[in-house]
This record gives sequence, C-alpha cells and structure tokens, in this order.
Amino acid sequence: MPMDENEIVLLIKKKLPDAEISIRDLAGDGDHYSANVISEAFRGKTRVQQHQLVYEALEGNMGGALHALALQTSVPES
Amino acid sequence: MSEQKVHEWIGKKVANDDVVVFMKGTRQFPQCGFSSQVVQIMEYLGLEYSEVNVLDDLGIRDGIKTYTNWPTIPQLYVKGEFVGGCDIIREMFQDGELQELLTSKDITHNKQTQTA
Repeated sequence: MPMDENEIVLLIKKKLPDAEISIRDLAGDGDHYSANVISEAFRGKTRVQQHQLVYEALEGNMGGALHALALQTSVPES
Repeated sequence: MSEQKVHEWIGKKVANDDVVVFMKGTRQFPQCGFSSQVVQIMEYLGLEYSEVNVLDDLGIRDGIKTYTNWPTIPQLYVKGEFVGGCDIIREMFQDGELQELLTSKDITHNKQTQTA
C-alpha cells in the first residue's frame, strides 16, 4: 500500500514539530519518495541517529507501506 | 532460528569480518537498486567485504532490522559498527567521510582521503 505525501509530512511533524520538510515523489507512484528534513532535534546527533528519529516518526511504515524514502537530514543554519 | 539466535549470528558475523554489507541479492546480482548502489561504492573503493544476502533467510532479513533498530536494507557494518543505509553511505562517500572512516579503522581502500 503506497503512502500519501501529506501523511508522511504529518507523521514527521507529529514527532518533530519544528521540522521543515520537502518531499518529492520520485516515480509518481506514491511509493518512491525522497525527503529532506531540517530540524533542531538533529543537532549533535550522528546521521544514523538523525535518520532513526525520522524512521521512528514514521511509526513502522518505513520498510513496510513505504518502500523507498531517500532521506536527507540536517540542522537549521543559524 | 529465534530472533536472539539471529542477533548472535549477526554479532559474530560483523565481529569476524571487517566490512559487511547486508543486502538484497549478491554483489554480482543485486536485487534492489539501493543494494546495488552500495555494492558499486564498495567496488569503487576496492574494498574487501563480505555480503549477506538477506533474501536467503527470512530470519536474518527481519533480524537485521531489529539488531540495529534500522528498518531498511542495505546496511553497512565496519568493524562491528553500524555505519548506515544507502543514503548515509552515499552521502558519506561523496563527502569523503566514508574514506576517512575506513582509514581511521585501518581498512585498506584504494582512494586516499583528499586533503585540501
């Protein structure tokens, strides 16, 4: 089952309210996305930990409903 | 195999082999674009690595995700430490960070870290 773009944004926002999120549907099939997520919550964390935060936010959909989400994470520039 | 046994097996594997890629398919025949990208980076760096085809064993396919709390495959381990999935590896490779990490762990690769 593909996932809606807005659903992805909502789930991430629920966990990381300050996040700036841009999402692209790579294949136009609602199943292959790339997401760029910027949040203060990432500060001081390794890339692995940053991605784990986003995966947690997606509540188990990653690797299930969501087959492909190319992820890029960063902290806001001060 | 129980999940615990699978975790023990994974733990031994990543402790014994310096560089391990858990992937879908084999290095000759990757079964997924993300796994294929990681193989290409490994080959480009001339790394000696072992691969585990998670499609051969459902227990490992599920167990590797709980082992690191990481929901996707491929996964790269260097000297027992989880380095990342496809996006992180690609980003690190492009920034030269992966090469630095390998050098710092005494792992031979054929691309010297570029110094400015």
